[in-house]
Amino acid sequence: MSAIVFEGVHKSFQREGKWLPALEDVSLTVADKEVVALVGPSGCGKTTCLRLAAGFDAPSSGRVMVGGRVVTSPGPDRAVVFQQFALFPWKSVVGNIEFGLRNKGLATDVRLDRVARVIKLMGLEGYETAFPHQLSGGMQQRVAIARAYVLDPDALLMDEPFGALDAQTRVIMQEELVRIARVNPRTVLFITHAVDEAVYLADRVAVMTRRPGRIKEVVDVRSVRAAEGWNDLERIEEVMDLASFVHVRTHIWRSLRDEKGSAN
Amino acid sequence: MATSHKVPLARREAFLLGVLGLCCFLGIWTAIAQLHLASPQFLPTPYAVLARAIHLVSEPFAGATLPLHLLRSLERYGYGVMLAALLGVPLGLGMGWYGWLDHVITPLFDALRFIAPIAWVPFAALWFGTGIGGPILIIFAGAFPPCLIGAYRGARFVDAKYVEAARMLGSGGVRTLIEVLLPASVPSIIAGLRVGAGLGWQSLVGAELIVASAGVGYLMVQGQSNVSTPTVMAGMLAIGAVGLLIDVLLRAAESLVRRRRGLT
Repeated sequence: MSAIVFEGVHKSFQREGKWLPALEDVSLTVADKEVVALVGPSGCGKTTCLRLAAGFDAPSSGRVMVGGRVVTSPGPDRAVVFQQFALFPWKSVVGNIEFGLRNKGLATDVRLDRVARVIKLMGLEGYETAFPHQLSGGMQQRVAIARAYVLDPDALLMDEPFGALDAQTRVIMQEELVRIARVNPRTVLFITHAVDEAVYLADRVAVMTRRPGRIKEVVDVRSVRAAEGWNDLERIEEVMDLASFVHVRTHIWRSLRDEKGSAN
Repeated sequence: MATSHKVPLARREAFLLGVLGLCCFLGIWTAIAQLHLASPQFLPTPYAVLARAIHLVSEPFAGATLPLHLLRSLERYGYGVMLAALLGVPLGLGMGWYGWLDHVITPLFDALRFIAPIAWVPFAALWFGTGIGGPILIIFAGAFPPCLIGAYRGARFVDAKYVEAARMLGSGGVRTLIEVLLPASVPSIIAGLRVGAGLGWQSLVGAELIVASAGVGYLMVQGQSNVSTPTVMAGMLAIGAVGLLIDVLLRAAESLVRRRRGLT
């Protein structure tokens, strides 16, 4: 079991001597091997949620648990894919991917075997010795996902994983992620601005209110996906053409728009 | 001023303007010397200085030829700068990484760095007499602060995403220091070393006021005693030329590192 559980989480930040609430009573459970997308207006605290689960920040009250343990600090059991990749520019593709495994103290042959497998999974063969700046954005993101996957983490936390990619690369990576998730299911919490992406990738979509962020509603996409046979379609645009997809997307879009409207 | 407008000049034009400036300088100098506006004893022509320098390459003065004097200077300089780098870089990194060390060192460092390298001369003479320790101390005093500051800035302002990525990947304090903080700081460290190397070389003549034999500074002091202005100026010429060479080499190293990192 490796569920991600937010229990009555509040988070405030101090700015110019005043405490500003960022999250208010957030409760959300991402079940084992479930993929949940977090959508919400800019500045609503999506990234704060992710940082709490990662252990970069601590909640002001309430608690965050992953795999049954309360999160207190970052660790390789909760792998993060950062929006700006955060690959080490001075390390090669292999150097970046194996860094976390070296910290685990695995034997060299075990380590290299796992690195080789994830390189194959992510289609990075031939780029082993390249440095991040020699790669395109899409390839860098593959390396960042490989670096997280190779740890075999309880939970995968992704902060707008495709936000920095161009539209075409984005679609390819989204399809790729669905493919990988089928081979190797994970508990995933990911943040996105794009409603399409959330509906396409997630089992459930959690919509947040504007700041201070609360969970407004959680939309179950999984049952619609199963009932309407989305998984039988290979390509993202075919799924996006289905009336059932459009229906779910529009529902979330409206919910989100109400939040954006009241912010102005 | 010909270059005060903002239109960027072609490399060739910029180079030609530099040559023009140099020619003007040499022309005015020659005119003043030739017209005997200053006594030839105190202002030899550029030609006489160059002839003296070439003469000193093969003919010993003050016990050695000019290249041998330079070699002895470079030896002292090498020790001083190396010591400054070996102490300054680790200390600067440590101060940037550990807050308490920053608080311990900074007040002391801020006070000491206002003592110019030349102000260390009497102290160095008392401590080391005419031994090699004196010049090394003075060159060290010039080179140390930039080495420390470069490394400190590198570590202090390292992009937080790299440190977070390292923690998420399970890296401990020492590994993060060596494999993340140090390489992330390399561009800043090299910039500090370059400034330090320059200031160390500028401190050279002060350092060699207190040596008993050999060194460009010593050559110049002896030239002064013999009222040989061309010798003194030939020494200045040699210091300028070697200083320029050191800077060019370190600039090349800096741009090599930046290119490898994909920064330029």
